[in-house]
Amino acid sequence: MITLSGIHKAFGPNKVLRGVDLSVPTGQSMVIIGGSGTGKSVLLKCILGLVHPDTGTITVDGQDADTAARDAFLARFGMLFQGGALFDSLPVWQNVAFRLLRGSLKRPKAEAREIAIEKLRRVGLKPETADLFPAELSGGMQKRVGLARAIAAEPEIIFFDEPTTGLDPIMAGVINELIREIVTEMGATAMTITHDMSSVRAIADRVAMLHSGVIQWTGPIAEMDTTADPYVQQFIHGRAEGPIEAVR
Amino acid sequence: MSLLFAPLRGIGRTTFAAFAAIGRIAIFAGAAISHLLRPPFYPKEFLQAFLQIGYFSLPVVGLTALFTGGALALQIYSGGARFSAETVVPSIVAIGMVRELGPVLGGLMVAARVASSIAAEIGTMKVTEQIDALVTLSTHPMKYLTVPRVLAATLAVPILVAVGDSIGIFGGYLVGVNRLGFNPANYLKNTREFLEIWDVVSGLWKGAAFGFIVAVTGCYYGMNSGRGAQGVGRATKAAVVAASVLILATNYLLTEVFFSA
Repeated sequence: MITLSGIHKAFGPNKVLRGVDLSVPTGQSMVIIGGSGTGKSVLLKCILGLVHPDTGTITVDGQDADTAARDAFLARFGMLFQGGALFDSLPVWQNVAFRLLRGSLKRPKAEAREIAIEKLRRVGLKPETADLFPAELSGGMQKRVGLARAIAAEPEIIFFDEPTTGLDPIMAGVINELIREIVTEMGATAMTITHDMSSVRAIADRVAMLHSGVIQWTGPIAEMDTTADPYVQQFIHGRAEGPIEAVR
Repeated sequence: MSLLFAPLRGIGRTTFAAFAAIGRIAIFAGAAISHLLRPPFYPKEFLQAFLQIGYFSLPVVGLTALFTGGALALQIYSGGARFSAETVVPSIVAIGMVRELGPVLGGLMVAARVASSIAAEIGTMKVTEQIDALVTLSTHPMKYLTVPRVLAATLAVPILVAVGDSIGIFGGYLVGVNRLGFNPANYLKNTREFLEIWDVVSGLWKGAAFGFIVAVTGCYYGMNSGRGAQGVGRATKAAVVAASVLILATNYLLTEVFFSA
């Protein structure tokens, strides 16, 4: 269970998070929705320790994220970044097997390559892709490689940051299906941030809406369409009029 | 009145900003040194950086040294002619190259080539979230990106300086023998006789210091790059300017330490 209590984060005068309280049960897929610039990515980065919250506590299975042994803590996570964040200087297989080639999870090179190729196959990429460099791949392929890297070390918790941004609808559908399958198959806890409603419906067990620095609404995906919350209704139907200002 | 003091305020602000930047770079350098001594180590990244910084900088450092050595021979010959001291060309070329021009010009050429490339590469990694990705993959960016480059530059630049010194002296020899009419054997004899071990070693120490400066500034500005292409561009420019100024300042300090009194 991931628990966030009273998370505040400001960048200079810009108060991005103003007291976020959220719980993500183990094995569930939580999708966080919200407009651009509302702090969704900052929230994920706070959990990973990439950004330090000004106040508030974050615990993972009761373990405080601030005081936990850093390497062991991070070894529980996998993350798919919005742009893939693949290392340009490394071939695809070394990107996927990055964690398996160094540090506490280090394996022999041949074994790491084998695992990388297996993970690439799992996300629908041929073994020939393994020796290409990220610059030689299309945007959709880069996302898949990013996904393969996120699951390579079989983490307990996986974060997906805008997994379908910049992809055509068919490729977005493929990535959504892959995420759903992988999360179910691995029994992992997942947190996804997106404003793509088709992703929300495909991936989520639960949904939380972040607005004005707080969780405006949270509930099971089944209740999202029927909730009376005006913020959620405006967001999921993409209306210009409502409590959320169109110009931010 | 306030208009009158505006230029002074500008100078003050710039001076404070420069000292603050030097302070931040020094703290960054301290952190790099502390990580240098603690595992994990990344030998493959070190070897790659060594090749990039050392081997691939050889042509530019070599050409710079060759032309500098030649020009130095011409200058000393024409300047020395004023007081009938043309014969000092071989010794002054050798001492000038190994003590000053070899390390300083080599350092500046490496600053232009390497500090910019390190800052641009790490800056791009930062804006494309590759540095964040490293952290999530349990890899410390300081250990994986900075330490191998700093170590490689600190070891590679003295080697470049040694090669540059030799090529520079050879440039002086070519001009001395072919253009100024020196006897080849005498030229080499004069060079050998006047050059002391410490002249060479002090230049190599300078090279190590300049290599350290180049890699630290490149990594520092890359890691602190702003957003987007403009941010990376600014970081690259700042890295080259800072590395060049710090090299020249450090050169003066080291010359004071090595040769004063």
